Amino acid sequence: MNPPPETLTASQPSTPLQLTVNDLSIEAATVNGTGSQSANNILAKSLFRMGIPMAAKNLFPSNIQGLPTWFTIRASKHGYTARKKELDWLIGMNPTTWEKDVANLRPGAVVMWNSNELSDAPVKARGDLIAYPIPMNDCIKGVAADAKLKKMLVNMVYVGAVTHLLGIEEEVVLKVIADQFKSKQKAVEINVACLRAGMEYAKASLPKKDPYRVERMDANGNKILIEGNTIAALGCLMGGVTVMGWYPITPSSSLAEALIALAKKHRVDAANHTIRFADVQCEDELASIGLVLGAGWAGARSMTTTAGPGISLMSEFVGLGYYAELPGVIFDVQRVGPSTGLPTRTAQGDVLAAAFCSHGDTEHLVLHPCSPEECYEFARISFDYAERYQTPVFVLLDLDLGMNFWMCEPPSYTTEAFDRGKVLSPAKLDELKAAGKKWGRYLDMDGDGIPWRPLPGNPHPDAAYFTRGSGHDEYARYSEDPEVYRRNLDRLRKKIEGSRTTLPQPVLETVPGAKVGILAYGSTNNAMREARDQLAAAGVKSDYLRIRATPLATAAVEKFFKEHERVYIVEQNRDGQMELMIRQVLTTPGAVDKIRPVRHYTGFPIDARTISDGVLAGEGKR
Amino acid sequence: MSTVTNEKTNRGGFKLSDYQGLPSTLCKGCGHDNITRNIVQAYYELGLEPHNVVKTSGIGCSSKTPAYFVHRGYGLNSVHGRMPSVSVGAKLANHHLQVIGVSGDGDTASIGMGQFCHLVRRNVDMVYVVENNGVYGLTKGQFSATSERGAKSKIGEVNEFTDIDLCALTITLGGTFVARGFSNDAKQMLALIKASVAHRGTAMLDVISPCVTFNNHEGSTKSIHYVMEHDIKLNELGFVSPWEQPTAEIKPGEAVEIPLPDGSHLIVRGVNNNHDPHDKFAALQLLEESRKKGEILTGLIYIAEKERDLNTAMRVNNPKTMAQMDEADCRPPKEAFEKYLNGFR
Ligand SMILES: Cc1ncc(C[n+]2csc(CCOP(=O)(O)OP(=O)(O)O)c2C)c(N)n1
Ligand code: SF4
Ligand SMILES: [Mg+2]
Repeated sequence: MNPPPETLTASQPSTPLQLTVNDLSIEAATVNGTGSQSANNILAKSLFRMGIPMAAKNLFPSNIQGLPTWFTIRASKHGYTARKKELDWLIGMNPTTWEKDVANLRPGAVVMWNSNELSDAPVKARGDLIAYPIPMNDCIKGVAADAKLKKMLVNMVYVGAVTHLLGIEEEVVLKVIADQFKSKQKAVEINVACLRAGMEYAKASLPKKDPYRVERMDANGNKILIEGNTIAALGCLMGGVTVMGWYPITPSSSLAEALIALAKKHRVDAANHTIRFADVQCEDELASIGLVLGAGWAGARSMTTTAGPGISLMSEFVGLGYYAELPGVIFDVQRVGPSTGLPTRTAQGDVLAAAFCSHGDTEHLVLHPCSPEECYEFARISFDYAERYQTPVFVLLDLDLGMNFWMCEPPSYTTEAFDRGKVLSPAKLDELKAAGKKWGRYLDMDGDGIPWRPLPGNPHPDAAYFTRGSGHDEYARYSEDPEVYRRNLDRLRKKIEGSRTTLPQPVLETVPGAKVGILAYGSTNNAMREARDQLAAAGVKSDYLRIRATPLATAAVEKFFKEHERVYIVEQNRDGQMELMIRQVLTTPGAVDKIRPVRHYTGFPIDARTISDGVLAGEGKR
Repeated sequence: MSTVTNEKTNRGGFKLSDYQGLPSTLCKGCGHDNITRNIVQAYYELGLEPHNVVKTSGIGCSSKTPAYFVHRGYGLNSVHGRMPSVSVGAKLANHHLQVIGVSGDGDTASIGMGQFCHLVRRNVDMVYVVENNGVYGLTKGQFSATSERGAKSKIGEVNEFTDIDLCALTITLGGTFVARGFSNDAKQMLALIKASVAHRGTAMLDVISPCVTFNNHEGSTKSIHYVMEHDIKLNELGFVSPWEQPTAEIKPGEAVEIPLPDGSHLIVRGVNNNHDPHDKFAALQLLEESRKKGEILTGLIYIAEKERDLNTAMRVNNPKTMAQMDEADCRPPKEAFEKYLNGFR
């Protein structure tokens, strides 16, 4: 697929209308808690099952009921699935946002709305929009349901109208509805009735005026449509987590909840009426991280889920984890800070807070998945890293990746063995003794800075040791000796340094002749291909280095800087948090002068245009 | 385990020295050291396997003491006030571990209050010792939240605020084993520690443990002298291990006999009272009355030995511990994995 790039001008001409196939973004503006979620999912899934590349986002307020929420689906035959800056098709259902929703539309966009509830005036005032008013309440008058249920069902009317107008295959929608409500025959029937009402109305009263159509493709192959949190939970299950302590916080709770649901199904020991997974919904994040480290210390694979505010609370304990060398995994699904910030919006704002969480000299292993595939994979292997390095490991998702729907290749079933790291068994201890080697809990016996650790319960008479966050020597004895302290800190650095080459390495994408480099990480990746296509169309060739973990893979980063004249570092935070870490590792003279930041921090997921505009501006082309 | 030595061994074949630790670095005469001695003695007499003993603590002079007992056990000195959470984690990871957490009154009743309360309501199977001296010893003598109103600090300040009674609090939180001891009363403490180990659930021992350096002066309500003067013994206690015969000291009939899950018995005889430690209301009333009178009530105050503990409630005591789980224990079969993913198409 070699896609024609989207034009770089701010608006598209409203006439003449050219048929646009499998390329639009459609948004339903609804009220939180009115059942629109189910209708929107049906619409999204139907497009997905027609084999058209797509993604769906739920933009929601920090509120359960009554506040506005926007559900956006982007379908793109080019496979562009990041947020599109401009909307092609609005479905207006919310009186409180209606005027603004209409005012925000680009010239010539399509607008469909419930004319029983919303006034025509804003659309008329604009004059340039393609209008599809639908008296949705009237459409379902004949459907046998009470008033409360009808409020929810009315959403199915727009699903029906859109189905007809875009040419979504009816059988596909019917199958999606049947799957969604599973065995609830009554629910299926009533939803189908409302869908049909919408289709009929569109057929009879809405002559097609817009240029959009969808057609079956087979771009989606074997793919699934899933939220990052959900598939990360599966990664945790396969990665062998057995203990979880957590405290609910958006946008991370759905990860914990998905894992609990998985464990209830797949970890039950029917014979013993027991479950091979322990989860405690803790009193706060101080407790959840304590539980994780206590469990990790005692030998279980343990984890917690949280977001920025939780990371702040955990920081003292994370320092203990680093210094006393306790494994544990912290999933941080990033949201907008500081403070409570915008709790239901996305950001990459915890890059530094995670990497250097806690006081004193610390540094932690941080994984930055960019896609559902990596959410699964990094979740799974995070437990290996935690145990191998005997240290807290962070996995940083963000709200966009964690809570929105993305297409992904299903992970293949994992058969890889766990890496439990250097656990000192009684036999191993005897072996060391026989070889004349003296073991110490914090003694670097192998030259990699990673010591051997016995687990509590190990009966070997020499195995027991005392773990503390205060100064200790190689044999875990209390010590305030300055040399001992420095030695230990240097060994810890050596240990963590070792991870630079074993953590997931950066991914490099090149085109011949590119002088411009783009460096990004995490969910920004979703907008990158589109952005680079836009750049290419504007005559700027670019290579792309995607960071997947910190501590950074120094050599790969240095090389990327050497090979490019300018390096645009794209981040979803204000201060350039990854940039700071990159500056820290660049040693080549002049390298830091090549840095050009592109920063996005509105709370909305980054879009391709923001990246390409930023680069073009830096290249003097805007 | 025994080598050629004259030291006696217990039923498990372990010597007293297996239950000892490093020499204490606390002030000479510190109440905490007395508690340590009693833990050593109790664990030795109980014959616990030292390598299955896990010693957790927060931060404070009191929280240092796990280094001074059961050196063949595993210690985790965590952060200030956060001993409860690491204890829960360890107990969930390996339910065979015998957890004892040591804390101070600052550690538990101030910074760690939240974790303490939630540990109690979850009834985590562990011994929870508060070495209560009414001050922050390690930071040099500031009042703690268990210091009584009107108590005088070493530098002459008067505490203006009411104290937190950890025993009463624990009972109202749904605690299942609530006792108060005094670091100078070895006999009572020994029985209480043994019963705490045998109890399934959180056994909270509030041990008044004078700080001889910062809170042992005239005007202190936690000085050795003051506590000796005001200590009112609620009951006489006898702990009978499964392999022991009840001693003649307390005759059956005069006392409440409480069978504990490991087959041992706790015999409780009221001193000038007939308090049944199963009676929650009576326990709270006694605590409130003694507080009004300015007395320090010690002994077993409340017990609910049949409540289920956290691990049991969560059904997580598998044949293997969580720490032992391998790939086969953790991963669903391929078909189930693929079926799950198929739900996202
Ligand atoms: C987060 C944090 N805040 C403050 C301290 C300083 N600190 C150390 S010990 C302590 C009080 C200990 O009091 P207590 O628990 O009663 O123990 P004691 O020394 O009296 O036995 C404090 C405030 C700390 N270690 N950590
Ligand atoms: S300061 Fe007080 S509590 Fe601390 S060791 Fe000395 S006597 Fe004990
Ligand atoms: Mg104290």
